[in-house]
Amino acid sequence: MTFPVLKGTAYTLVHTPDILVHEGKLQESEMRNNPDSDYLKAIPDHLRSFEDVVGYGPNQAYIGNIHPRDLNKIEKPWYENPLKDATADGKFGSIMSEDVFYGCLKAVDMFDLVVLEAKYQEETAKKINDDPVIGKYWVTLDKLTENPSTVDEIKSLIEEKDAKPLYLDGKLVGCIKRAHEFDAALTSDVMFENLVSKASAAYVLAELFAKNDIKPKDVDYLIECSEEGCGDMFQRAGGNYAKAIGEICGCVNATGSDTRSFCAAPAHSMVEASALVQSGVYSNVVVLAGGSSAKLGMNGKDHVKKDQPLLEDCLGAFAIHVGENDGKSPVIRTDIVGKHKIGSGAAPQAIMQAIVADPLEQVGLSIKDVDVFSAEMQNPEITVPAGAGDIPSANYKMIAALGIMKKVFAKSELNQVVENIGMPGFVPTQGHIPSGVPFLGHAKEMIESGDIHRTMIIGKGSLFLGRLTNLFDGISFIVETNDGHVGDDSVDKDTIRQMIAESMKQFADSLK
Amino acid sequence: MDLENQQRIKDLTDKYGKDDLVVVLGGGEAEACGLAAETVSTGDPTFAGPLAGVQLGLKAYHMFELKDEVDPAVYDEQVSMMEMVLDKDAINKEVQEYRG
Repeated sequence: MTFPVLKGTAYTLVHTPDILVHEGKLQESEMRNNPDSDYLKAIPDHLRSFEDVVGYGPNQAYIGNIHPRDLNKIEKPWYENPLKDATADGKFGSIMSEDVFYGCLKAVDMFDLVVLEAKYQEETAKKINDDPVIGKYWVTLDKLTENPSTVDEIKSLIEEKDAKPLYLDGKLVGCIKRAHEFDAALTSDVMFENLVSKASAAYVLAELFAKNDIKPKDVDYLIECSEEGCGDMFQRAGGNYAKAIGEICGCVNATGSDTRSFCAAPAHSMVEASALVQSGVYSNVVVLAGGSSAKLGMNGKDHVKKDQPLLEDCLGAFAIHVGENDGKSPVIRTDIVGKHKIGSGAAPQAIMQAIVADPLEQVGLSIKDVDVFSAEMQNPEITVPAGAGDIPSANYKMIAALGIMKKVFAKSELNQVVENIGMPGFVPTQGHIPSGVPFLGHAKEMIESGDIHRTMIIGKGSLFLGRLTNLFDGISFIVETNDGHVGDDSVDKDTIRQMIAESMKQFADSLK
Repeated sequence: MDLENQQRIKDLTDKYGKDDLVVVLGGGEAEACGLAAETVSTGDPTFAGPLAGVQLGLKAYHMFELKDEVDPAVYDEQVSMMEMVLDKDAINKEVQEYRG
């Protein structure tokens, strides 16, 4: 069997403090229900600058300038100990500022919904056109010359037509209009979230092309795996983000579709991409997702209460290229896929058995045969103050405990195993973004340099949030060293038929 | 505690009365478990949900505290791994505090 390979990855962040303040769902509902709240008053003092965001250790790990394990060497709290000489450009991607991002919203908008003030639009258009990544790969930059507006016109769209404001350092520079007079699936609120997701995904796709050996015209299929839904009132989440994003980067030979399963969707999508490549249906598949404006500042009240900065101020995005076996890139073992079945049960123990132990045991491996695991990689500086604990650490402890129950490890080894198989969480709490796949960039490097042989990527999803089922979701896959074997040793049906025919002929001849 | 869960617990208390009702928690973190126990006994301390200012007076127990009440085989299958992983003593102590 020849396996598909992990050909390339890209990871980007967009620093969006004004979107946090005005469009983060927690802040938005607070403004509506409790406009004089102490929390809202405290927000300005707890926002970070772009420089703070660039210097923040976990963000540098996300864009590939440091390894997540390097965070162990940085004194906590990480937000008080920024990295010296940190840059917004990383090995796997980059960090964008909010002023450029609003221009990106305009450049990906096909329905004249994004309105920007004329001078700001002109200045941002120049920045975007000069950008070595977006300026090179986005084919819709002419949108930035269309329909410049005035502050008065923008104000009237907000006041009279329900448009959502775009602020920059508190100053009004634009708005996003509703896409229909009364369709609840096309309100300005929904369009805001969808355009944010689309623009940030198109940004990371451009970074994938800029930093890896794949061209837009080479992509056959795109799988988008965010947690948003686009459609109208008759088909509320009809899709298709994947094609809408591919269009921005000129992926003219690609088609695509969207996969949804809350935070588990990226891992599902990786399995789907691998299957499509291994079966020969497509040669180059890209799995990608943009960020979520709703989740910005999601745990802000707890952060302000503990007097720490609002660390949920960035949109996350990733893009992963799955391609045909080239004999050197790490292979994706499609014969070792763990799945949380409908009948698996919801206890953590049952979940870990289904997605971690079962797939390994089925091929005669054990937890000990995996060098590093990557499950839910949320940054603990965001989750611990909010009472959700250190999520990556909890996952590593569960995996180690499962190993202890299976007598693969001794009980006394628990902490050592956790250290060996894990790493600190380094990913913003953007739902689908932290779930397993942010490690793939680092994993590719570690496998190719021989530091590790095998990693397991785990996606986990809270399906009960959709109120249709109480079921949990989880899926895992293995990425490991390429043994250089690219040929397919399997025998096709025609060859088998021919072999049988020849044997029967020989047998018939022997009877003569 | 999740606002919808607060409403569900409030509705169940209205329907069955507090004398025949206990709340079983399965949280993995002491502070969050304590908050949940506090919410169902003396009211939502964050004043965000339906139990803000509502003293249901319900007793909350963490699953770890109920080990002797359930079939050992079921407990072993469902909970024993998490017993190894979580800070059981801290969780139990925090939850017990709100039972008075």
